Amino acid sequence: MRSPLIPIISFIVGAIILAGYFFPGSGLAAIRTPMLDWAVTLSGVAGLIAIINLVFGVHWRRLRDSSKDYLFSGLVIFAFLATFALGIFLGPTNPDYQKVVTAIQMPIEASLMAVLAITLAFSSLRLLQRQHNWMGLFFFISVIVYLLLNSGILSFMANIPSLQEVVSSISLVPIAGARGILIGVALGSLLTGIRIWLGSDRPYNG
Amino acid sequence: MSADELLIGLVFVLITSTLVLLLTIRQKRSSTVPVFRRIAALSKFKRAVSLSVEEGTRIHVSLGNASLTQPASASAFVSLTALRRIGQLSSTGDNPPIATSGDSVLAILSQDILHQVARENHTLDLYDPTHGSLAGVTPLSYIAGALEQMHDPEVKTNVLIGNYGSEVGFLSSYSEEKGAYTLAASDSLPAQAVLYATTENPLIGEELFALPAYLHSTPAHSASLQVQDLLRGLVVLVILVGSILKILGAI
Repeated sequence: MRSPLIPIISFIVGAIILAGYFFPGSGLAAIRTPMLDWAVTLSGVAGLIAIINLVFGVHWRRLRDSSKDYLFSGLVIFAFLATFALGIFLGPTNPDYQKVVTAIQMPIEASLMAVLAITLAFSSLRLLQRQHNWMGLFFFISVIVYLLLNSGILSFMANIPSLQEVVSSISLVPIAGARGILIGVALGSLLTGIRIWLGSDRPYNG
Repeated sequence: MSADELLIGLVFVLITSTLVLLLTIRQKRSSTVPVFRRIAALSKFKRAVSLSVEEGTRIHVSLGNASLTQPASASAFVSLTALRRIGQLSSTGDNPPIATSGDSVLAILSQDILHQVARENHTLDLYDPTHGSLAGVTPLSYIAGALEQMHDPEVKTNVLIGNYGSEVGFLSSYSEEKGAYTLAASDSLPAQAVLYATTENPLIGEELFALPAYLHSTPAHSASLQVQDLLRGLVVLVILVGSILKILGAI
């Protein structure tokens, strides 16, 4: 049987954080703020542990076992150690050290986003094959309609008052749909939080 | 936020919590399991898990980038619950599931869950801490790391649940191209749109949060889903009444 101690602690901490949020002027804020600070500090330590696990658990093992793509793992370990050593030596605010991000990471990520645009365009072409139903068809038509509307190709309609109103109304439909989905997501998030708070969902060992 | 808004929020949370508790207790006493509408993607997913166990292939669970200290953490908690259930469902197979995440706390929790599942099912000899790993710390580096795991020929089922941006299109497109079964859900709107266009079985909107109840229907999960449906109905009613009153000029 799992120990009830951790869910009890979790419930009390959750209640304090929640009460501190709903009664900001009360003394609870003085307890809530340090607790949240501890969570952020713990999260930072977890970051270090998870990165060490990735580098020395996953990639070092691949290098040692000479498994497939072990050279890439060697590159990851070298890049990590070099970045880490430079960060310690120069400090994370050093302009030269910042170039690791601005001159290496950002261009790589930007090019990945460019590739993503092509991947998505290609996938969209196969949308009707995949979603072979009326919802798929509706989604496809909507994509075309809103691409046309947002491209400005129909801007001449601004001069025709009645058409302008129709276009404005159509433009509001995605906002209404997005709000509908977000309300559902918000309710789901609330219920998930309550389940964890009450201890019926335990994303931890104990 | 004004004091009135905070009070409304507090009342809403308290009523919701009470409803969940009451319905959970009622279901535990009556031992009845409520019947929910069929979600095709989840029925297919259960079959895919069974098939994976039979064929000895592996399931990859992508937990997304949500940080547990941010508001988007709810989807991460759902993905962790799903990981636990997937671990239990596939415990009779030779290959336990692997999990990748874009947040360090999520990675540690996924290792913890996989370890717990292995202990419960007496399969600790199959447990490897690297089965739950941090694939990358930025959204795109995470995608690069997760793609590498999906590239493993043993991976035949991919579960993408969590907080992503449009970059999730890389994972879903690759999974579909590889012919792997893909179950995908996200709390983010751009990701939902991309998943709808790139996968056969996406979960849209609050279906993501129904996942724990569908995969493992405990009284608490079923009660939570019932309350979610009830609140959704209430919100729809309030919006409709509000719209009618607005049209009539009453507000």
